[in-house]
Amino acid sequence: MRDVAIVAYIEGQNTSATTLSPVEMIVPVVHEILNRANVQRSDIDFWCHGSCDYMTGQPFSFVSAVDALGAWPPIMESHVEMDGAWALYEAWVKIQTGEANTALVFGNGKSSAGDMNRALTLQLDPYVVAPLWPGFRSLEAMGARAAIDAGTVTERQMADVVSRSLRDAADNPNVLAYGYRDADELLDEPMTANPLRAHDCPAMADGVAAIIMTTADRALEMCDRPAWIRGIDHRIDFQNLGLRDLSRSNSAALASYHAGVTKDKVDVAELHATYSHHEIILAQSMGIDRSTTRMMPSGGALVANPLMAAGLARFGQAARQIFKGNADRAVAHAAQGACLQQNIVAVLEGN
Amino acid sequence: MADDILRIRTPIGIDYTWSSGPGSVVYMRGLENGKLIGRRCPACELVYFPPRNGICPRCGVLLAAEVEVGPRGTITTFCIVNVPFLGQTIKIPYVAATILLDGADIGMQHLIQECEAADVRMGMRVEPVWKDKSEWTPSLENILYYKPTGEPDADFDVYARHL
Amino acid sequence: MAAPGTPPIIATVGPDGSLMAPLRLFYPYDRTVGAVIGRFLTSLAAKKIEGTRGVDASVHVPPLEFDPATGVALTEWVAVGDTGLVLTWSWQPEPFADNTLQQPFAWALILLDGADTPMLHAVRVASVSEMSTGMRVRAVWAAEPTPSITAIMCFEPESAHG
Repeated sequence: MRDVAIVAYIEGQNTSATTLSPVEMIVPVVHEILNRANVQRSDIDFWCHGSCDYMTGQPFSFVSAVDALGAWPPIMESHVEMDGAWALYEAWVKIQTGEANTALVFGNGKSSAGDMNRALTLQLDPYVVAPLWPGFRSLEAMGARAAIDAGTVTERQMADVVSRSLRDAADNPNVLAYGYRDADELLDEPMTANPLRAHDCPAMADGVAAIIMTTADRALEMCDRPAWIRGIDHRIDFQNLGLRDLSRSNSAALASYHAGVTKDKVDVAELHATYSHHEIILAQSMGIDRSTTRMMPSGGALVANPLMAAGLARFGQAARQIFKGNADRAVAHAAQGACLQQNIVAVLEGN
Repeated sequence: MADDILRIRTPIGIDYTWSSGPGSVVYMRGLENGKLIGRRCPACELVYFPPRNGICPRCGVLLAAEVEVGPRGTITTFCIVNVPFLGQTIKIPYVAATILLDGADIGMQHLIQECEAADVRMGMRVEPVWKDKSEWTPSLENILYYKPTGEPDADFDVYARHL
Repeated sequence: MAAPGTPPIIATVGPDGSLMAPLRLFYPYDRTVGAVIGRFLTSLAAKKIEGTRGVDASVHVPPLEFDPATGVALTEWVAVGDTGLVLTWSWQPEPFADNTLQQPFAWALILLDGADTPMLHAVRVASVSEMSTGMRVRAVWAAEPTPSITAIMCFEPESAHG
């Protein structure tokens, strides 16, 4: 295995409704991250992109996204119809095969383009589920109730997650949910998608996240303290919700095991917990002790959820904790699909 | 079972708010006023029409100066459409061509009408036929089609690097 | 060809001059369903609910084409009841226009009598207070069932039938 590190992370300004086109959102972030790593376009030998046309409302939008990269002379590029975290995985594999040494990975989403709760229905089985148009929030709410009924998650724990996320959001200028409230105040709020309250659901955002990763011979040129990817794995559960125990995530557990999460202490975890109960289910499934690990210092996806970028943002935010010396060992995680169906987990280390 | 259904229809309609982004506004507003406005890349100096997203895809940088192009141009390549398809609005056969507008470096696609399909050729000089001004919107649809100007054909060398 | 429900093009202008307009993408998907889903949907149109039996004898509704653990093609059909148990549920306060119910309702994973895996469907109740995990529900069939999961319009509490 080649040693590969995340050496730079940039996120575009998260907004509630941008007027920029997707390409216009991506261009400044690409410029900024190249500057941050002090590299030229020609230093990037693999570009990998995560986005979703159904969300952008523009079929084949990923093709036009190449316009943002300066594809002359022609570049080596790929795209996944997934969160950018899966693009990161593809880039990591590409580097492992020796076909590339330095990769720029990005994910972007324009959640405000339409009703994403409804549009995400199109990720579901198209024969006997999607024609009912359940919407994603309803499914996540069913998952929350399954966990509450199973006794693995409590409403109080969910409120504590939200309260902590709102407190951390105060230190992050790039969030869309504001105003610290303690758990008691949050529990006084009415339920909307029962058993979820409005604050249990993510603050949808338009945004972009970008990461540069490279091999050992160049990592220290680009970053004083690279975040070395010591383990990475991704797993998927059944699509059929009826075949799964929604109170846990078997795929997150397996991915965590194979990434080596529990081999040592975890200083910081950035989990792609889009709904408050996700954090609790994920930590339990992944073997992360929330009382000793600093959870989502960025505030997490609850306080800023740029679809298709929020998962990659967890990798970037976890890497930042390594860059800054706040952590020696961090866990990054991203999820896709309904009720934590697909999970990618990485262990990042400073040494 | 023999009588079981084989197919289902699952129509999907999704509503969006589409935004041009600021980079294309000059181009769209130009069309609204009967002008063809491209933009020049500050790095490679190519003039793009349309200036899609206000970005030079070659350099990945924001386009700068506004440049009025056309309205006349040169056919660089074309095809004759003989195949009917769902939603077709033009009578076949018709010609779809790539037109290099005067002053632009990138060809754009449009229709060629008012001549026999068999007479269309590379290098042919063409000009736009606009809708009635009262129907103009910020869209390239303001131009109904291009038609031959009757000028002599452009030399191949003029457009050889823009094919 | 304009898609059904295409909104009128009324451009608005963003603060940065961007031109904005409503856009409706319409995909008239026509899907082949295969033998297993084809039989399931055809039966639904006749107000019958059927599942397939897995290798471990579990009855899956909607039917699985292949056993989830072994990948073996499943061919044994089992008729199940149109009544069952709510295993988990959530509330939809604002229905989408495409939902079978147009007033606030619940989503539930429903374990039909005779099945071993639950299916997703809507549950019609007057208010959220009538929902509970473990409640029994009964299918409400569409007035004119078609070969679709929406042949079942929704479920409602079994007690509602008296």
